[in-house]
Amino acid sequence: MPPVPPLQHVDPETHVAVQRLRAAMPDAIEGISAHRDQVTVRIPKDRWVATAQFLRDDPECSFEMMLDLTAADYPPRPQRFDVIAHLYSLSKGHLLRIKTGVAEGDSVETLTTVWKTSNWYEREVYDMFGVQFAGHPDLRRILMPENWVGYPLRKDYPLAGY
Amino acid sequence: MADERPTWEIESLEPQAEGEAAVAAVLAEQPHAVQEQELLLNMGPQHPSTHGVLRVLLELDGEIVRKAIPDLGFLHRGIEKIGEYRQYNQFVPWTDRMDYVAAFTSNLAWVQAVEGLMGIEVPPRAKFLRVIFSELQRIASHLLWLGTHVMDLGAVTVFLFAMRERELVLDLLEMQTGARLTLNAQRVGGFPKDIPPGFLEKLEDFLRVMPGHIHEYDRLLAENPIFLRRVKGIGVISAAEAVQWGLTGPTLRGSGVAYDIRKARPYAAYDQIDFEVPVGSHGDVYDRYLVRMEEMRQSLKIIRQAADMLPGGPVMTDDIRVALPGKEALMTSIEAMQRHFILVIYGLRPPVGEYYSSVEAPKGELGWYIISHGESNAYRARCRPASFTNLQGLPIMVEGAQIADVIAAIGSIDIVVGEVDR
Repeated sequence: MPPVPPLQHVDPETHVAVQRLRAAMPDAIEGISAHRDQVTVRIPKDRWVATAQFLRDDPECSFEMMLDLTAADYPPRPQRFDVIAHLYSLSKGHLLRIKTGVAEGDSVETLTTVWKTSNWYEREVYDMFGVQFAGHPDLRRILMPENWVGYPLRKDYPLAGY
Repeated sequence: MADERPTWEIESLEPQAEGEAAVAAVLAEQPHAVQEQELLLNMGPQHPSTHGVLRVLLELDGEIVRKAIPDLGFLHRGIEKIGEYRQYNQFVPWTDRMDYVAAFTSNLAWVQAVEGLMGIEVPPRAKFLRVIFSELQRIASHLLWLGTHVMDLGAVTVFLFAMRERELVLDLLEMQTGARLTLNAQRVGGFPKDIPPGFLEKLEDFLRVMPGHIHEYDRLLAENPIFLRRVKGIGVISAAEAVQWGLTGPTLRGSGVAYDIRKARPYAAYDQIDFEVPVGSHGDVYDRYLVRMEEMRQSLKIIRQAADMLPGGPVMTDDIRVALPGKEALMTSIEAMQRHFILVIYGLRPPVGEYYSSVEAPKGELGWYIISHGESNAYRARCRPASFTNLQGLPIMVEGAQIADVIAAIGSIDIVVGEVDR
């Protein structure tokens, strides 16, 4: 059986959003990476909303739609949580993933002023991970009961609960 | 001279203004006689018209809804957390139980995400079969939507007609998988087994009778004045609002935005098939109805083409990272036995990385975002849920409407609470 060739990853610098960010907001890019055809941009927490606004409003980026906003838990890291958003441009047809790191007990600014759909997504991240979103109009639990203690999707929360 | 028009076309006789005038007159004499306050009405979680365990709190001013606040989580089962504790192929049955009305597209979304993460090519026969089954599932899902939605509005007959046709699709799904609802129909790399003999003949029978049935539903509903009064101009959401709120699927297309993943980021064999994506214009319940009805017709067209173009060959990839060796190799070659053992006991292992992949499920964009650390279970398995996001549009649609319009709007969004809550 022939060996499987290694995966090809696109060069993230070729993504138009990366090029526009490098030109207009170079300090907004903390790191970039790519897996196959998808590009990820890591953004410093204090530039989160400004970069999102730029990505939505810049005519060449034009990310009118936020597809998803979620989080991941990396307990050993000091900035334990990654808040991850997937953006899609209806007019241009490109996809981008943006991430930022948040420490436990710390908060990140809400994206509800940029894309209204982040309302429930951020509520779910708060519910499941305990990440606070500063400026969110209605930050309360969405899936778990309102008096639940604990954040189920954290890595130190047991699979079968307590 | 009495009004000659049928009674349902006569505009209301302004009872609201008359009532308010009467109340004002009484209050002028006796200031404390009548008190008004907003009523908080609880709809659900057990309610015949909320299509599952959905609770909506309605702040009412008489019959007018000032605010609708959905309360979710009654069907939350922690599926995303389970995704971190199961092998990639073991997790497929959990995807069945999220959108349980359209299980095939749920399976496909997960399996495609893993294939995207690993760079796995599925054989052409598998791609066309995926198209056929996805469109069959779209028809089944839309039939259930049609039946339950119009039954909520009072047209009970259509419910049983739609269920009768849905049985035809469920028979086809049962021929392939053995199950009608929770199919477990996909593995990473393709289908676990090929379609059985007799399947394509039965598919032909279905394609022959279905257009007549869709026409039947249209004859019952599309020009029905009672139905039109319940759905035209109700539950309106504009295109700009819909995009801002992240709506996808027919809920978005009813407002005029032509975003369909089968065209925008084609997967399976959709790039080789000629079909149209219906788009509404008013963003009301009626347009969403028309979009879904037309989608059913387009699905029949897609299945016709896919069945005609169906190539031969294997239905599972032979990529050694995910594919089990056949029984013969397993029994004769020690390397094949080792590979079989590793894949079954330990599970397939994607490279380190992350990938987002989505399909056009009947409800909207169903996506999976997988973060892999190179192990046989995902580090983070995130479902981008179509119904959850679409339900965010409900408060916008029903503000200022009446309670009956809330029922119409919930039906037109077409939610499955299993996907809303996961």
